[in-house]
Amino acid sequence: MNEKLLKSAERKEQLLLTALTIPALISVTLIIVIPVGWLFSLSFLGKSGDFSLENYQKMIVYKSYFRVFKTTFNVSFLTTIFCILLGYPLAYFLSQVPKKLVGIFMITVLLPFWTSLLVRTYAWLVLLQKKGMINNFAIDMGIWETPIKLAHNLNGTLVGMIHIMLPFMVLPLYAAMQRIDRQTMQAASNLGASPIQAFWQIFVPLSLPGVAAGSLIVFILCLGFYVTPAVLGGGKVIMVSMQITAILEDQFNWGAASALGVVLLVTTFIFLLLASRFLKLDSIMFGKH
Amino acid sequence: MKQNITSLEISIKDLTKRYGKIYALDTVSLDIKAGEFLTLLGPSGSGKTTLLMAIAGFNRPDSGSIKFANQEMILTPPHKREVGMVFQNYALFPHMSVFENIGFPLKLRKAPNDQIKEKVHDALKTVQLSDYANRKIDQLSGGQRQRVALARAFVFGPRILLMDEPLSALDKKLREQMQIELKQLHRKLGVTTVYVTHDQREALTMSDRIAVINEGKIEQLGTPKEIYNSPNSSFVADFIGESSFLQLNRKGDDLYFSSEKIITNKKLNKNKEWAMVIRPERLSIVNKSYRKNSSNIHFSGEISELVFQGETALALVKLMEGNFLSVRLSTKSSDDFNNLKTGNKIQLCMNRKDVIIIPH
Repeated sequence: MNEKLLKSAERKEQLLLTALTIPALISVTLIIVIPVGWLFSLSFLGKSGDFSLENYQKMIVYKSYFRVFKTTFNVSFLTTIFCILLGYPLAYFLSQVPKKLVGIFMITVLLPFWTSLLVRTYAWLVLLQKKGMINNFAIDMGIWETPIKLAHNLNGTLVGMIHIMLPFMVLPLYAAMQRIDRQTMQAASNLGASPIQAFWQIFVPLSLPGVAAGSLIVFILCLGFYVTPAVLGGGKVIMVSMQITAILEDQFNWGAASALGVVLLVTTFIFLLLASRFLKLDSIMFGKH
Repeated sequence: MKQNITSLEISIKDLTKRYGKIYALDTVSLDIKAGEFLTLLGPSGSGKTTLLMAIAGFNRPDSGSIKFANQEMILTPPHKREVGMVFQNYALFPHMSVFENIGFPLKLRKAPNDQIKEKVHDALKTVQLSDYANRKIDQLSGGQRQRVALARAFVFGPRILLMDEPLSALDKKLREQMQIELKQLHRKLGVTTVYVTHDQREALTMSDRIAVINEGKIEQLGTPKEIYNSPNSSFVADFIGESSFLQLNRKGDDLYFSSEKIITNKKLNKNKEWAMVIRPERLSIVNKSYRKNSSNIHFSGEISELVFQGETALALVKLMEGNFLSVRLSTKSSDDFNNLKTGNKIQLCMNRKDVIIIPH
């Protein structure tokens, strides 16, 4: 019979399909695997140019490195929490607005998203600085008497980062809320739940996958932030990416900088791994049920 | 008196709901008896679901009144109506187990834990899912989800139960089995049940009474037998069961089809045209030994199409007058169907009692 012929035809087809992934494989190798691998190997080279763990040892010995990581995680964590607090009501509003109007309100979420990050950061600086609009307004209105330090510290950094990160929280939240069946809420109400009970016992639990997805995206993006803390932090909020720049500018030490990058990358991966273990990540990201 | 404990009567008066220029409900009035199984039957977009949702409190009608046992409900929010409802897609809570889903209404009513446990297990037993209490919703088949939704709707003892096409997502075999089970459950609970469907067979199988709805109006209200045997409009005759229509001629006070006089006890309105509705199963093929008699009406024609459908067969007969009639035939090996071919000339007869006359 023609079994052999059909088998070889199938093999050919599979080979052809595999061949289609070659361009993607090449670009991933060139853009990601080689540079990251190069940095990775650099981090294991000492000042003398030989293999050494001195770059990693430094991180354990010097307290300042630990402080930088602590600040990075602290800022990322706080930004995520505030994004949830601000983004949830906004996403809820978007999910309840009539379909025709969603587009208009969505633009208000997306417009800042399309503006340059640098522009937005400096705009916040203008608003928040000592003689900026907010301080002037508050003093004119008699809310407080002497200017309050709003920028050049943690507060300023957080305000800027929350503003930039908010769309990353709102979009997955909105998507998750959209997927909640309207009849589920009707059923809750039919069974005797007041609107508030239905919201807390049905809507919120069902929207949690969106909270998880949004939080994860925001948190991980925050870990690598540079411009906003640099401009709005006034040198008081030093995150990992800023430390990397400092090492390169002051000491021109590629090995130490690479080691910091590697540690940040690995911790980020550990977070993703933990998240995927507890949150069923693929069901969040790809909408499987 | 017993019925007052377990069920309530529903009285709907002049209910109107408009979406833009379209009337979803057009001054609908309907009295549903306590303990009754009433089906709202109609095509999609007829307003049957709008009516059900109005009873549940999910839409606010433009005008009219809905009373449960003489108590006005039109302004009562849905969570205070104490009405059980089975939704079309079940609307189970996916983040809760079967037990938690069914216990949800009890928990809201602050029932003590041991009572919740007892009631949920009783409900699970009633819907034959005793072993499934700890399952997650996504581990259940469609039929099982249906049962959970049902248990959740009656576990808190509502005196009115509403169902919105609860069986439409199930396959035919399971659907027919569930129809019988729902009917048994209704008998057991004795709760006033309003059931929405577009499936006329389902309506005929389950209901005490059927309200046929079309374009926001109730076309006819009656028992399944009344609706099937004496439809009062061509819409009802066409929507429920199979039927052929024959236009009738009027001579004086009598109605004729061709030369055959069709006797009717209806009072004829002078301005209306009349038609005769013929159910395919009420016709039989006349054999050679048959003698014409006055209690039957007779037709003759030629078989133009013959379709085998398993338990029965359908013949499309072209009458001498040019009209077409559908005839249901038995498929028993001794019967007509096996000796017939398309093109055969045949004689048909039907008892005069089976004649349905409608304004056309």
